Amino acid sequence: MSLSNGKVKNGREDILTFAFCIFHFAIALIFLLMGVTVIPSSSEARLAPKRSVLGNGLTVITSEQKALPMVTFNLLIDAGARFEPEAEAGLANITARLLTYGTKNRTALQISETLDFLGATLSTGCGEEAATVSMTLLKKDLDTGLQLLAEVLTASTFPAEEIDRQKQSILASIRAREEQPGYIAHLKFIEVLFPKSSYGRPVEGTADSVKRVDRPGLLDFYRKYYRPNHAILTVVGDVSHEEMTQRLGKAFQPWEKGGASVGPPPLPAPGAATVIKVNKDLTQANIIIGHEGVPRAHPDYYAIQVMNYILGGGGFSSRMMESIRNRRGLAYSVYSAFEPEKYTGSFQVSMQTKNESAGDAIRIAIEEIRKIREQGATEEELKAAKDYLIGSFPLRLDTNRKVATFLSQVEFFGLGLDYPERYPELIRRIGREDVLRVAKRYLQPEKLIVVVVADQTKAALKTPLDTGKGL
Amino acid sequence: MLAKMRLLVLSFFLSLSSIAPAEAQNFKVQEAALDNGLKVLLLEDHKSAVVTFQVWYRVGSRNEIDGRSGLAHFLEHMMFKGTKKTKPEEYSRIIAQNGGNSNAFTTEDHTVYFATMSRDKIGVEIELEADRMTNAVLDDYESEKMVVMEERRLRTEDKPGAALGEVMSAVAYTVYPYRRPVIGWMSDILNLSGDDLRQFYKTYYAPNNAFIVVVGDFDAQQILARIKQEFGKIARGAAPPKVTLEEPPQKGERRVALKKEAELPLLSMYYHVPNLQDSDGFALDLLSVILASGRSSRLYQDLVYNKRIATGVDADYDGVSIGPAIFSFTAQVMPDKQQAEVESAIDKVVAQVRSEPVSDRELEKAKNQVEAAFVFGQDSIFGQALRIGQFESVAKWEFINAYLPGIRAVTAADVLRVAKKYLDPDRRTVGTLVPTKETK
Repeated sequence: MSLSNGKVKNGREDILTFAFCIFHFAIALIFLLMGVTVIPSSSEARLAPKRSVLGNGLTVITSEQKALPMVTFNLLIDAGARFEPEAEAGLANITARLLTYGTKNRTALQISETLDFLGATLSTGCGEEAATVSMTLLKKDLDTGLQLLAEVLTASTFPAEEIDRQKQSILASIRAREEQPGYIAHLKFIEVLFPKSSYGRPVEGTADSVKRVDRPGLLDFYRKYYRPNHAILTVVGDVSHEEMTQRLGKAFQPWEKGGASVGPPPLPAPGAATVIKVNKDLTQANIIIGHEGVPRAHPDYYAIQVMNYILGGGGFSSRMMESIRNRRGLAYSVYSAFEPEKYTGSFQVSMQTKNESAGDAIRIAIEEIRKIREQGATEEELKAAKDYLIGSFPLRLDTNRKVATFLSQVEFFGLGLDYPERYPELIRRIGREDVLRVAKRYLQPEKLIVVVVADQTKAALKTPLDTGKGL
Repeated sequence: MLAKMRLLVLSFFLSLSSIAPAEAQNFKVQEAALDNGLKVLLLEDHKSAVVTFQVWYRVGSRNEIDGRSGLAHFLEHMMFKGTKKTKPEEYSRIIAQNGGNSNAFTTEDHTVYFATMSRDKIGVEIELEADRMTNAVLDDYESEKMVVMEERRLRTEDKPGAALGEVMSAVAYTVYPYRRPVIGWMSDILNLSGDDLRQFYKTYYAPNNAFIVVVGDFDAQQILARIKQEFGKIARGAAPPKVTLEEPPQKGERRVALKKEAELPLLSMYYHVPNLQDSDGFALDLLSVILASGRSSRLYQDLVYNKRIATGVDADYDGVSIGPAIFSFTAQVMPDKQQAEVESAIDKVVAQVRSEPVSDRELEKAKNQVEAAFVFGQDSIFGQALRIGQFESVAKWEFINAYLPGIRAVTAADVLRVAKKYLDPDRRTVGTLVPTKETK
């Protein structure tokens, strides 16, 4: 979920309405996270990823695509929020944001002027585990682009004035997020799910912690974590692996290897079941129900994805969509997702319904969870889930930008570049007994955390929730 | 989550305000027409083994009447509720089981149904779309009406920015149907009936009021044969009524305020401008890029970077429309700054482009941005299909290939002239979101 910059698109386009775009996105998100892949032989050859490790430890993956005169870069680096001290929460995010606001050769304005003149895009982002840098440009501008990319990764200067400006901007967006009920629900949910862990904190920090971030801290974080041996760079477009590695070797030559360890993986202990109510002047209740999930490398990961498709991940084929939206008209969007991180994960059901029906919607969602744990899935449901997961693979990789993100994720999660070939079999072998087993094991009604952001007077939820059999 | 959808839409319009660099190729669209009046636009793109198939109906909220707003969109929802051959939701299930992603959307100007699937499965979609062009069952609609009302709460009621946009359009347009929200007013949605749905479907869903766009990995002759086989048997319908409404010229600034629970004020300005079919559209497009595209743009530099009075600022020209267009500005006010400061800063920047020509480099930069975005837009078959459909819907698809030459021909004098002519305070509506916050 990203913070809005408060842009109100001109009303006309803003109201362009999709019948069910949200679930569509939910699926896209799940697939992004699970990095689902099946390359049928024809497009597998098309992808032809190649991998090298440069002398300084930078992992480079390329996929040569000649159809358009463009090149897309996706850099993933172990410099996410979990590496920052709690007192300075937001430090990793500010570091990422400031990468393009001044290097030893260029001011912030010179950087944006250069990019805009080429029509290129260069953006940075920060998550729990990793920071990202993405760049897309025309092939003819490759030299300038590489030079810029190398500069922001090795020679950012973090000017005091830019730090101040960025902190002001982040403080404003921390305030603006209070306008986004879905985001408030998300923040409350992770806070309760991962107490006393960086996973439970917003990546952008709090108003207090952001104010504490200073230049020495930023420079220190940058020097320590922005190192080639902690990074994966994927390049997709009209350039060969040989040419790219050669150019990168040269452009990134000043980028020196860092200390080997980035610290032990976090093992957050999940919080206990609870109901959190946030009162707001809203017409709809924004609801998240969930608990701990599994990390990406978990052996039951694929069985869980098949099970969740049937439960609430599969758009109009899902049980939750059928019982909450189609049959009762209680929500426009409802879905469930097992979202994996590298070292942990979460299970979440997310929906919005008018304040007055919040209690009903929660009860029905929990009934569906209980039902699949008790009865599993039918043969027909299983087949539909597997057919979609395997058959829709090519859609995950139908643009260069999607391919770039995908290959970085494959490397980050250690899936291996042959993962696309292995994927269909990983799904195909899941049986009904697997669905029942993982439903029983990884859906835990007694551990559900329920967050409801709503007009609480109208929602009038009873606590403990009336779920028929109790939580 | 909506951000994702908006991104798709935004990136689409960004690419539109672009089109065709020196390096980019023309769209090699093949055009065909069936005897029943259905037009078919085909673009082969063999980058990956995927095809996107889209049916565009030439009907949107602009075809609705007062008291029935939201009907086009409600019908779009009901199109997933089954036909004489398929059960409710079966369409979506069949597409998913064939590894496809499907969806639909409604705008002021058109209603679009689409699926993206691997090349060997696309026939399934062709068959199902032909079926629901003529066989939709629209009887059981009460629970779907509740879904649409939930959609309105999600998109508009609880979203300060969107709520402001709705009020802005209602004030900026006095006659033209763009004054009504696509999703419809809540009370109108509540009153829509089965007869409304059936009448609207009968009037507007016919092959002669639709066209098909297919982009991806297929053989044009083969897919055309398949389309003819499925859609060819549908009878031509009566010509639908034309929208004859015209927006009268605005004479004097309008102001509107919306009070709502929110954190930060928003400022928005809508100026009446012609759509892209007017030759001034090219210069207006470049003007929006010069003003607010990228961190080096004029408004960003002034309001966000130097003065630090706005958290973000946007200038947008939505010229791809059938009816009269809007050139808009929107800014979110930085905490502890005043909305009046932001308004006066925008006014100064606008006054400058109305009095002095932009520099050659600035114009070239804007053209480069437009051209690069065009190439990047070709990365996606879905994006290309949208672009073709959009142009065909509001003008003719061929206009895409005339667009780049139009952009390239724009001079600094043109930009100055359109800024002077159209960014006139007497032609604008200024709207503000005034945050109210209940004490907890």
